[in-house]
Amino acid sequence: MVPNQQLLSKSPAVHNWLRVKKKFPHLWCPGCGDGIVLSSAILALDSLEYDKNDVVMVSGIGCAGRIPVYVDCNTLHTTHGRALTFATGIKLAKPHLKVMVFMGDGDALAIGGNHYIHAARRNIDLTVVVVNNNIYGMTGGQVSPTTPLSMKATTAIYGCIEQPFDPCELARSAGATFVARSTVYHVRHTEDMIRKGLEHKGFSLIEIISNCHTSYGRMNKLGDHITMIKHMRDNSVMIGPQLDQEKAQAEGKYILGVLHQDTSRPELCELYEEINKRGGTQ
Amino acid sequence: MSIKTGVPLLLSGNEAVAYGALAAGAKFYGGYPITPSTEIAEVMAAELPRIGGKFIQMEDEIASLGAVIGASIAGLKSFTATSGPGFSLMQEHIGFAAMAEVPCVIVDVMRGGPSTGLPTKTSQSDVMQAKYGSHGDYPSIAIAPSSVMECFTLTVKAFNLSEKYRIPVIILSDEIVGHMREKVILPGPDEIEVIDRMQPEVPPEWYQHYADTITGVSPMANFGEGYRFHITGLTHDVSGFPTERSDETTALLEKFRNKENHNTHDLLMVDEFCMEDADFCIVAYGSVGRSARQAVKMLRQEGVKAGMIRPQILWPFPKFPVENMLERVSHVLVPEMNVGQLRKEVERLACMPRGMIQGLNVLDPSFITAEQIHDKAMEMISKQK
Repeated sequence: MVPNQQLLSKSPAVHNWLRVKKKFPHLWCPGCGDGIVLSSAILALDSLEYDKNDVVMVSGIGCAGRIPVYVDCNTLHTTHGRALTFATGIKLAKPHLKVMVFMGDGDALAIGGNHYIHAARRNIDLTVVVVNNNIYGMTGGQVSPTTPLSMKATTAIYGCIEQPFDPCELARSAGATFVARSTVYHVRHTEDMIRKGLEHKGFSLIEIISNCHTSYGRMNKLGDHITMIKHMRDNSVMIGPQLDQEKAQAEGKYILGVLHQDTSRPELCELYEEINKRGGTQ
Repeated sequence: MSIKTGVPLLLSGNEAVAYGALAAGAKFYGGYPITPSTEIAEVMAAELPRIGGKFIQMEDEIASLGAVIGASIAGLKSFTATSGPGFSLMQEHIGFAAMAEVPCVIVDVMRGGPSTGLPTKTSQSDVMQAKYGSHGDYPSIAIAPSSVMECFTLTVKAFNLSEKYRIPVIILSDEIVGHMREKVILPGPDEIEVIDRMQPEVPPEWYQHYADTITGVSPMANFGEGYRFHITGLTHDVSGFPTERSDETTALLEKFRNKENHNTHDLLMVDEFCMEDADFCIVAYGSVGRSARQAVKMLRQEGVKAGMIRPQILWPFPKFPVENMLERVSHVLVPEMNVGQLRKEVERLACMPRGMIQGLNVLDPSFITAEQIHDKAMEMISKQK
């Protein structure tokens, strides 16, 4: 079999950014989407030629919260749901740092829901990756704020009866100035979305649809990881002028791409720098 | 600092805490409004932007302490201020700061509780929460000022201890201390000792964020300065990565305990008043310490050999001076605005007959007066006769 030349040519980057000797093997289930998110983030960071010393990765609790521990940069694994608060302090303290935040759907939208909307409202320059697998994976498959109606979880064994959040819509209406979505099937697209988020000055939210075949897939008879990832492939559409969004939504499709970008709003740290420059005068 | 030093000023306790923080080098404040602590946030919102620092009002107290810890990890001396309900919310991140060994200062201007309680009235009912509020075994330092001047000097002390030991330090002020105004003369920068966190002296590839050292305190690199390391709230090894190995998890908790046990003299700060020949000791702290001092004078005028021990550092509890006192006196009175939180700590050290240690526990939202302490003392003495 001929090796994928593109992947091979990029693998030194992944190797360079990983804590190869310290932290492997990783703790994720075989086939988990978190590894794809990790490699996409690394490739995005590497393509922008960021200095590892200037990159900070902050995470909360859960499977996605373990992403930073494998990366050779400044990494902070915080409390459940609160990653954005720590990231806010770091970014304000040292605005030149590139601060990324990794959270799962439960972490970001349930226990961290308040911090999520307020960080978006402030438009602070954080690149936030929400890995959405519709379930609490680490604790063994409990219902989450993004579990779709009627789907099963260990704490919703008769089917979920609560309306789920759309992480992208929530961030956008709270004031995020960059909102994008991708899936772990669309590996290069995921990398591209993260790169665009990193380049955007302001609060960037990238939702990445991922698979938890171990809990969510098993309980809902969705098949193994490959079947679940194929489902993402077959049920995704790219946003564009030709796309009938209402129709796509009605069909239950994932709408991928940059869903929203506003470059007109000033970023929080820049506004603060101006106050600092004025030296406290009115 | 846009406030004059070396000249008499009329300041409130809360204002003095804020200026003490600035004198100690604070550059970051994250907070949420709550009575009776809000003046501290208001002073910091005005002062920090003038010196290149950052102030942010967060969405709640959990977020406030999260931002404070984040800023401290990035290298700024950081603090927050709150009162009972907010202090309860902060317990999660006090545990994180203790676990991750991040220096930060938390001011709790105590008010009546539990729950929303008495927002504008004083209390001392957070004493045990300051020690045991977050889950798990972790070291605690809590400081109780009783005057406006102490609000300034002990805030500097709090930052110094926090930086020196890489530990969250709690200032247990209360509504009376926070809101009363007194004449103070603030010391200039030359007269204040300021301690900064120890920086690593090894190259990045050798650096361990939690290295085992003789002092029990590891040098601390900041984020973004070439040292790339991992910080987690999980139980971790010396390099900061999660571990479940029993030798490493035990070593971590031992290290925490040693911060208190190996530094008892440095963490001892007690104001002793008329204790040389005392036979009747009043143990008081915070605003009640002021009444206790007056009560000692009143009792002395009536021939009672009274004295006072006032812990300025409340946690770790000043074991040695209190044990020493317990061997010498025949009565101990612990007046507190709670049901006896610190009295129980005194009782643990005592081998005295029942009734020799008593509390004066005022639970109504007023203040404990010198007369009340005096009368209680006389009652204890007369009952014994």
